[in-house]
Amino acid sequence: MQKIVVVGAGHASGQLLDSLRRGGSDAHITLVGEESWLPYQRPPLSKKFLSGELTVERLAFRPKSFYEKHDIHTRLSCRAVSIDRAAQTVSLANGEALDYELLALTTGGRVRKLTVPGAGLTGVHYLRGIDDALGLQADWQGRDKVCVIGGGFVGLEVAASARRLGKNVTVIEMADRLMGRAVSPAMSGYFLGLHTRNGAHVMCSTGVTELVGTHGRVSGIHLSDGREIPADVVVVGIGVLPNQELAREAGLACDNGIMVDEFARTRDPKIVSAGDCTNHPNSLLGRRLRLESVHNALEQAKSAAASLMGEQLVYAQVPWFWSDQYNSKLQMVGLSQGSDFSVQRGNPEEDKFSLFYYRGNALIAIDSVNCPGDHMAGKKLIAAGISPSPGQAADPGFPLKSLL
Amino acid sequence: MPKITLIQHSGESYTVEAADGATVMEVAIDNDIDGIIGECGGCCSCATCHCYIDPAFLDKIPPRGDLETEMLEFASSEAKVNSRLACQVEITDELEGMVVILPETQL
Ligand SMILES: Cc1cc2nc3c(=O)[nH]c(=O)nc-3n(C[C@H](O)[C@H](O)[C@H](O)COP(=O)(O)OP(=O)(O)OC[C@H]3O[C@@H](n4cnc5c(N)ncnc54)[C@H](O)[C@@H]3O)c2cc1C
Ligand code: FES
Repeated sequence: MQKIVVVGAGHASGQLLDSLRRGGSDAHITLVGEESWLPYQRPPLSKKFLSGELTVERLAFRPKSFYEKHDIHTRLSCRAVSIDRAAQTVSLANGEALDYELLALTTGGRVRKLTVPGAGLTGVHYLRGIDDALGLQADWQGRDKVCVIGGGFVGLEVAASARRLGKNVTVIEMADRLMGRAVSPAMSGYFLGLHTRNGAHVMCSTGVTELVGTHGRVSGIHLSDGREIPADVVVVGIGVLPNQELAREAGLACDNGIMVDEFARTRDPKIVSAGDCTNHPNSLLGRRLRLESVHNALEQAKSAAASLMGEQLVYAQVPWFWSDQYNSKLQMVGLSQGSDFSVQRGNPEEDKFSLFYYRGNALIAIDSVNCPGDHMAGKKLIAAGISPSPGQAADPGFPLKSLL
Repeated sequence: MPKITLIQHSGESYTVEAADGATVMEVAIDNDIDGIIGECGGCCSCATCHCYIDPAFLDKIPPRGDLETEMLEFASSEAKVNSRLACQVEITDELEGMVVILPETQL
């Protein structure tokens, strides 16, 4: 029987296994995961899970019975440390080696660490996995002053969840606006207002020079402008790095991610890769990129599964992403970077509006707040290459559906 | 635990036990029933968990929210009066015997 080894038990691996079995593969499959958990949904970790509205069991991507029913061997709490491509084996941290005929790398990403003095103090948290979220939850119980370093999606969602629990929240962002890498200045401005209205204190254009503490536990943050602010708990959200070392050390090309083609194949015909860890081409966007989103992990995993089964399924989709902060649901479709101008539909003051981004006459992206209809229409419009005129986009009375 | 029945577009039907407090989306995933995707994991962000609820049970579940209604308008299979996003429908004892029809496609 053909042997497939999947390294990394996250979203991409869960979908890959599902697609393999539903696609009729009867291979002997082993899933190796460093965490102690079967693949689970990460998005709720900074949202409903952190604010206590969801239990751990409800995060599972598939129930335990799925792996039993589909005869998938799982090796959890087990890190893969190297790949021998000539011998076709994966070595595990416990010294064991697994043979493979085909290998999938779904190793995801890891948090970028803060390097300032004091970064190692107790009470300084990161958020990537369930264990991080449980640790943070336990630690901020009974503590009030939560400082979030980094005003990206994860940091801002943590800030909103902490406010929901009534904590005193400060967000420190080095750039001059929030979520600057992903959204336009207008959208950053809306979210700054949203957090401020909800009682979070947001400081942009502010760096962190040192974390200070007493008896090994963090108690304050020194800022680049010379001020010091008190902190009982610090949460750092300053980005994610691709877990590409395993591939790179095995001689596979990596450049901000494991290099794959549109079928999720590396240059080794026996090895595919999918999810946050890949640098992949997207023919719709006309360039290579690395994405950190559920949609990317799931859709690329489908292509990877097809490649493992000797089929070809091109991965070329319009990226989409969402973020929930307070009662505002941000949904993004397409990538707005590089747009020439945007038009607004709806009213930010009512917490219900969208920004339509254009390059020339072409609609390339839509960011929506509490306007899922615009988002859903946008997915279809952008994929089909249909652009409403800026006038149509700006008129909430114009039915976008009529263009589809 | 109430029992509910999920019927796929092909006509295949599954009667399963549903845990109180779980959503219909989770019930489908937990029982490995094709026809619900649930891409966003139940965050009401993707509309890939569209389903049709037995009309007799519609008044036993809280009504659709505004965001859900707007999402459904653009679901890949036609939205009907009994359309719901399965991740927004929580199981309660009152739903014993409910039939849920899954649409032709979610993507
Ligand atoms: C708090 C948070 C909120 C998020 N919110 C959203 C959101 O709202 N919307 C959205 O679209 N996306 C969101 N994301 C991003 C999304 O969760 C990721 O893009 C997605 O989980 C990526 O899946 P993946 O399988 O590529 O990687 P991961 O889910 O990171 O899985 C990789 C797994 O591989 C394991 N691994 C790595 N190396 C090894 C090794 N050598 N041996 C064994 N195991 C290994 C890791 O431990 C990990 O468990 C969020 C992420 C976080 C952390
Ligand atoms: S699972 Fe995404 S909307 Fe229901």
